[in-house]
Amino acid sequence: MRAAEQVQVPPADFQSYYGKPILKVTRWKEPHLPGYLFLGELSGALAVVGAVAHATGRRSLARTARLAATAGAYAGGATLALELGRPERALHMLRVAKPTSPMSMGSWILSVHSALVSTAAASEVTGRLTGLGNAAGVASAVTGPLLAAYPAVLLADTAVPAWHAAHRELPLLFVGGAMTAAGAAGLAASAVSHDRSDFGAAYRLAMIGAAVESLGGYGLETMPGLVGEPYRSGSGGQLLTAARYLTVSGGVAALAARGSRVAAVAAAALLTGGGLCAKFAVLRAGKASAADPKYVVASQRPTASSHDGG
Amino acid sequence: MTSSGTSLNGRLDDVSGDAGYAGHPQRVGFFTDTSVCIGCKACEVACKEWNGLPEPDAFTLTGMSYDNTGGLGASAWRHVAFIEQDVISEIADGAATRWLMSSDVCKHCTHAACLDVCPTGALVRTEFGSVVVQADVCNGCAYCVSACPFGVIDRREDDGRVWKCTMCYDRLRGGLEPACAKACPTDSIQFGPLDALRETAHTRLAELHAAGQGEARLYGDDPDDGIGGAGAFFLLLDAPEVYGLPPEPVVTTKDLPSMWRWAGASAALLAAGVAVAFAGRRQ
Amino acid sequence: MAECHPVAFQWVIEAKARGATVIHVDPRFTRTSAHADMHVPSRAGGDIVLLGALINHVLSGGHEFREYVTAFTNAADILPEDYVDAEDGDGLFSGYDPKTRTYDNATWQPTGERDLTLTHPRCVFQVLKRHFARYTPGLVNEVCGISPADFGRIAATLVAASGRDKTTAWVYAVGWTQHSTGVQHIRTASILQMLLGNMGRPGGGIMALRGHANIQGATDVPTLFHLLGGYMPMPGAGDDMASYLSRMPDTGLWGNKRKFLVSMLKAWFGDAAIAENDYCFGYLPRITGDHGTYRTTLDMIDGTVQGYFLLGENPAVGSAGGRLQRLALASLDWLVVKDLTMIESASFWRDSPEIASGELVTERIGTEVFFLPAAAHVEKAGSFTNTQRLLQWHDKALDPPGEARSDLEFIYDLGKRVRAKLAALDGTAAERDRPVLDLTWDYPEEGEHPEPSAASILAELNGYGADGAPLSSFTQLADDGSTRCGSWIHAGCFADGVNQTARRRPWREQSWVAPEWGWAWPANRRILYNRASADPDGKPWSQAKAYVWWDEEAGAWAGHDVPDFELTKPPSYVPEPGASGMAALSGADPFILLKTGKAAIFVPSGLQDGPLPAHFEALESPLRNRVYRQDNSPVAIDYRERRPTRAQAAGHATTFPYVVTTYRLTEHHTAGAMSRNLSRLAELQPELFCEVSPALAAERGLQNGGWATIVTARAAIEARVLVTGRLRPLRIPGEGVIHQVGLPYHWGSEGLVTGDSVNDLLPFVLDPNVFIQESKAATCDIRPGRRPRGPARQELVNSYRRQAGLGETP
Repeated sequence: MRAAEQVQVPPADFQSYYGKPILKVTRWKEPHLPGYLFLGELSGALAVVGAVAHATGRRSLARTARLAATAGAYAGGATLALELGRPERALHMLRVAKPTSPMSMGSWILSVHSALVSTAAASEVTGRLTGLGNAAGVASAVTGPLLAAYPAVLLADTAVPAWHAAHRELPLLFVGGAMTAAGAAGLAASAVSHDRSDFGAAYRLAMIGAAVESLGGYGLETMPGLVGEPYRSGSGGQLLTAARYLTVSGGVAALAARGSRVAAVAAAALLTGGGLCAKFAVLRAGKASAADPKYVVASQRPTASSHDGG
Repeated sequence: MTSSGTSLNGRLDDVSGDAGYAGHPQRVGFFTDTSVCIGCKACEVACKEWNGLPEPDAFTLTGMSYDNTGGLGASAWRHVAFIEQDVISEIADGAATRWLMSSDVCKHCTHAACLDVCPTGALVRTEFGSVVVQADVCNGCAYCVSACPFGVIDRREDDGRVWKCTMCYDRLRGGLEPACAKACPTDSIQFGPLDALRETAHTRLAELHAAGQGEARLYGDDPDDGIGGAGAFFLLLDAPEVYGLPPEPVVTTKDLPSMWRWAGASAALLAAGVAVAFAGRRQ
Repeated sequence: MAECHPVAFQWVIEAKARGATVIHVDPRFTRTSAHADMHVPSRAGGDIVLLGALINHVLSGGHEFREYVTAFTNAADILPEDYVDAEDGDGLFSGYDPKTRTYDNATWQPTGERDLTLTHPRCVFQVLKRHFARYTPGLVNEVCGISPADFGRIAATLVAASGRDKTTAWVYAVGWTQHSTGVQHIRTASILQMLLGNMGRPGGGIMALRGHANIQGATDVPTLFHLLGGYMPMPGAGDDMASYLSRMPDTGLWGNKRKFLVSMLKAWFGDAAIAENDYCFGYLPRITGDHGTYRTTLDMIDGTVQGYFLLGENPAVGSAGGRLQRLALASLDWLVVKDLTMIESASFWRDSPEIASGELVTERIGTEVFFLPAAAHVEKAGSFTNTQRLLQWHDKALDPPGEARSDLEFIYDLGKRVRAKLAALDGTAAERDRPVLDLTWDYPEEGEHPEPSAASILAELNGYGADGAPLSSFTQLADDGSTRCGSWIHAGCFADGVNQTARRRPWREQSWVAPEWGWAWPANRRILYNRASADPDGKPWSQAKAYVWWDEEAGAWAGHDVPDFELTKPPSYVPEPGASGMAALSGADPFILLKTGKAAIFVPSGLQDGPLPAHFEALESPLRNRVYRQDNSPVAIDYRERRPTRAQAAGHATTFPYVVTTYRLTEHHTAGAMSRNLSRLAELQPELFCEVSPALAAERGLQNGGWATIVTARAAIEARVLVTGRLRPLRIPGEGVIHQVGLPYHWGSEGLVTGDSVNDLLPFVLDPNVFIQESKAATCDIRPGRRPRGPARQELVNSYRRQAGLGETP
């Protein structure tokens, strides 16, 4: 006689293993990851600015933009290297070129972009090899937007539910942020310099960027389902809210920036602050999304937890 | 299905061939039958001993039943989970206890997100179909850590590199079975050709169902699932999330083409935005 | 079993896969329970009632295997008129002397008459029936907390799985033995198995789980004070060879007792052992009283034992009453500790609860402690003997490091040095020194720093014939001094000069009995008393369970195993009156090591506490005995300073209302020296914890992962808390709820992971037959939070003692 046990486990809404994470919370750090996102975006946008400025005869702006883009690219690269567990092996990123890895593609984009933009900047500064420099500069206007946008793919191409689900919103947030950062830099520059001829472009770039960035942020905050909760609550939610306020305030300040240097500087600071907050928010939201197993379960069992806990 | 190049998801019958091996042995893997796991942790000890894994910094009780390991990690490549449940039993006058035990391990996915996202090529597919990290290549970018849908691979902070189960690659090349399978006294951990293990698993599942264990299920056995089936699959006695496993994981790379499309569009938007900002006269 | 013998448990899993039903009775739901078809939570210390009720169930329902019982057990023996059973003596059998607290078994001896109809009112069968008549499912509920429905399921399963075509096995370990009625627990199970015809048959029997630290080998060879090798008793003071031998049976295999003894003495004393000096029988030590380890410990405190060798033993953690153990060690003149790591029994002088409390002061401890490093099991050759009496040889894999040496080498070297010193004493060795000097002490040595060949010692146990050739069977032993044999049960393990214990023929290449894997004593018989697998005519009880049978044509017993019987004695053999030895047993008497050849349902002599098992409460119990007026075993060995009065026992039960039981975890090994020093194991169970039910946790304010202090009349310890549904409060009719606190005992003050020693909680209370301490059932209080430090710790215990009316700690 086989004494088989008929077992019914009482049903539960949601089960976990002692509340422990299913995923490993990301090892990426603050300020490295948000810092890199900012520097990379900025460099990417400035490369385009530099190319357009060069093409429209704004020589001084072109040189400044390309120098700043170079600085941003290398500073970003250094930040990335410092994030590594083995920084001395940073160049291992270029051992292979792997299409399935956004980080591989991104490493190549950053490397090529850095080479291009520094070539363009060197040419600007030394006045030599201007043909090569210009060609490099134009090419950097292609790598630049990719540099700004690819990190969205990198974050989305993970198991982190809040990131994976945001593969539409994150690119908007990042390219928006790129434009905002470049525009804000322009506003600040115009506030301190005597030459205000580029103020209009900076202003328009900042406003376009702020709008796109806000659209991206709005998309994150209103992401349906439990998977969007980390953008609405906790540290990620708070920082995203702060980002929204800063960006909007920056936009308002920018309206007065033409007439007031103080407003211009304030706008630049607020807009930049908003952008940084948004990037910190994304990292924090990702950590929260990985840390609580309910998000993984909810994203894979839509019927189990369709209510929004936030 | 593509017969050449790397596919991102879906059924993939020859994972080593797809990775570029011209001739290679049969794919091998683990079938962990948790219905006969007695929670002895011989697998944890054998794994740590064979692989010389570092000792922990502290020895503390977790309070999670008899699980003081906590989970898989850079220095814990087999982890025995313990789940105590109050159940209603026909036999034992109503209230009874059930204690689930399960030895977790890296799934060695057919579509391995860790391998897909690794930028240095440190993570590779072996001729046996398993996935290993080449410790001399890894620079600790930790991308794989965020990509793994099972939360297996992790970075050792004092070392800088990521580490995970190798399916005892060195033992496989020596014609031996992995240390955990060798040590397991009840054959909860079975090792061998994956096809054969899948058959065994289905037979075992049918036995359990016939004996009234309706909650028993296989996990990771289906080559059509979100990761193309696992090289290490399980027989579970309850829902995966009870064991700390994702219910229906999908390799993140599946959506990569769509992600690039959106990124590309956004990049174009950036270029357009700059162009618009600079349109018109200087002022 | 899954907790303590995980590798062996694979065979239970295998049996389940083949359709076996597994029932697990235990106070806790353990890793074994997780795989049992049925777990039965029970109160620690109540198993005699459970087993007795199963006996009652079998007898009341007529489920006994009648032919087996009639033919193979002493059920038909008729008892004398002056025999009084515990049933009529309110817990006491006839012959009890309250002054000495011992039994005189004169009234227990069978009259010699037998009633094969089993109906005579004084036949064992009927006495047994009456004895267990009140062990009902209701009583099981009251004593054990097991529901009548659960009991019914156990009983039905057991009965359905016993008989001609099926057999049932009982598996136990210290959950049964570590009680003041430990031996009687096993007795009850064996009576049950005899009634069901489960003894000597494949898939039946009672398996004692042994093998930890080679405990089986240590009993066989032996290391117990009351046994010589091969289960011959130790002589008593005043014994000469004749009187000594007269106390052992003359019938059955023991008819060879003189051959066993003389051959052993020849092995030990060689040429010095001759007929004229009774083969040096006079050299053997004599029992003069209680030489058990707990008595010896108290003797150390009293000052009558000055020196101590501890070889692979850690009483400061592993024995009951840790404080007394450590006080005893502190009372010695000298102590030699030989172990793999610095164990608490060697470091007590600088780190122990008594040092912390100030009760002991390092500078005032006079004990000279010698610590000698030992070799691990892979650093020496030797055999392990497991629960199936199976010896398995292991080779030496590498040399021990540094100055670590095997115990064998140490003892041998010590012996050489002592003999040299004695021999050098002015040429005329005192009479007293002759036993040591006359020992055969000349084993071949091998290896870098020469150590005696373990194989040569095994060969000595096996024995040699008159021609110097290795023996192949104990039947070759003689009592004229021509044979030498260190242990008759081991004769044959080195047959033909081949180490049979080293055989490892794979199971695929031999029969399912696998006789060529290792070697089982005696004579490589894998199931003892296996003649019982065939009926009185020699035919298997069923084909399904055929094991050993009489082959008429061959005129011999045959089968899957070595027959545990005289090979050519036919089933029809009837002994002559007055015959002795094996000739005294008929062809239908399978139990050849017992006097009558019949299995003893009723044990007339040999046990201190009665011919039949009776339930008594543990000496510390929350409950009065529901079965008899006598609460506790009247003959239990109780070394507590004061035996509590009834009032004190009641006060004790109020002050310490919870049952505390101790046990082991898979991840650690015994007193922890070998596991707490290995990080791989230490990290798996890093801290001492107690297990309590959610109800008890709520009652006492305990949190999962928090701390608790557990207090008994002797000690207070602290442990982390695991609140678990695997401990279930037991509903006892008339008593409400009884809670149990579970404690694994592996921790001590040394090692990578440390903790309080649980056994400090337990009293010196022992089974009277084998001196095993009652570690499985005591009473305690439990409170949240960590315990006090320093002198306040014992003051906490004293406050409890005062409340219980016990006075201060003596």
